Amino acid sequence: MLQKRVIVCLDVKDGKTTKGVRFKGNVEVGDPVQMAEEYYRQGVDELVFYDITASHEKRGIMIDVVKRVAERIFIPFAVGGGIASLEDMRAVILAGAEKVSVNSQAVRNPQIIRQGAEVFGNQCIVLGMDAARDRSMPSGYRVYINGGRTSTELDALEWARQAVELGAGEIVINSIDADGTREGYEIPLTRLLSTSVEVPVVASGGAGTSRHLIDVLTEGKADAALIASMVHIQGYTVNGIKDDLAGAGVPVRRD
Amino acid sequence: MIRVGVVDYDAGNLTSVKTALKYLQADYLVSSEPKELDKTDKLIFPGVGEARAAMRNLKNRGLEQLLHSYFKSGRQMLGICLGSQIVLSRSEENDTPCLGLIPGTARRFPRGSGLKVPHMGWNRVREASDSFLFRDIPDGSSFYFVHSYYPEPEDDGAVAATCEYGVTFTAALERGNLHAVQFHPEKSGKWGLQLLQNFLNYTGTGE
Repeated sequence: MLQKRVIVCLDVKDGKTTKGVRFKGNVEVGDPVQMAEEYYRQGVDELVFYDITASHEKRGIMIDVVKRVAERIFIPFAVGGGIASLEDMRAVILAGAEKVSVNSQAVRNPQIIRQGAEVFGNQCIVLGMDAARDRSMPSGYRVYINGGRTSTELDALEWARQAVELGAGEIVINSIDADGTREGYEIPLTRLLSTSVEVPVVASGGAGTSRHLIDVLTEGKADAALIASMVHIQGYTVNGIKDDLAGAGVPVRRD
Repeated sequence: MIRVGVVDYDAGNLTSVKTALKYLQADYLVSSEPKELDKTDKLIFPGVGEARAAMRNLKNRGLEQLLHSYFKSGRQMLGICLGSQIVLSRSEENDTPCLGLIPGTARRFPRGSGLKVPHMGWNRVREASDSFLFRDIPDGSSFYFVHSYYPEPEDDGAVAATCEYGVTFTAALERGNLHAVQFHPEKSGKWGLQLLQNFLNYTGTGE
């Protein structure tokens, strides 16, 4: 049986890991390579590194981080943030990333998904989507870009379907309403997307307890749950969370 | 020291295979030159992507012939992911004739069965033979998969390990000196590294 994945997300700024609350006020929490190694030891299934470096000149630092991570951990990991071209994708993939995640750039230029899928394969292209509740949208959720600061005219479900059509192999759905609250994932949104597209859906934003992961992986039908502050700040371990998941009957990798 | 050749035929990214071999301190060579690869003692042929393009690339580079002669020479070979499909007679992916080193077909996971395709993530692998590849790896350990097609050898004797995803499919296959795994050992944590180490260590001439 395919197991549910626990994915740890590390926001990387100028080569350091940060964790923000509601996309603002990032605080530095550590060295991403050391943190990745620690989570690897704890049995994390996958990692995501988001480059939130503001300036383009410092992007080389991120490539260096990716290379060092690839030399030490042997599980899949994705890199996102500022991926705007095939060249950006190639740089992180050649540095050792398994997947690239596109978000705002894919809204501005959806063809980046198709181009990336053609060159690197669908399994390499992850659509990251920031969405917030909005009753005026057909699915009840509106897509935002630029780290949640700018609204778009896109409906979350419509955009997910379009991205899969273009070649996205996985969707990470980040709820702006839930992000950083530690009050639980946005279950209805996750469930809606996961039951509507053929590719795996990763829930993101709002995790504060193991119960939240259990809920989104069962009721929310997510294929994977993304966590950050639970392990960076709150003191949870990946293996501890996985014990809780297994105890609740959620199939997870524990060897 | 045993030298391992890694076949580069433009089918996906070789970085993770290279970093895993480096981590295991293997003496390896990555090449698309049949003459260079023929000087090696063992061969790994990874691969991600579409079967027809992969077969075309192998042909254009003279690598199809190399894989046939390498197999006949009795040296140990390990196919990974797409490498476990193109060793078969054919693939349902764009109805592609393949290498035919092991009789069988690469089949697509059924559509509309409620299963997500590709099969992406960690899944348990059950040993079906006592292949040296799984030495010191607990039966039922999880490996990382990303694929929409899976190998189906004609002869059950070629099944080294199986996995469940809607159907029970072949996760590892073997025929003499040829071994192939549908999952990615280079992305499967400690058991994946153990499997690669087992391949590097093996000194027998087929089991």
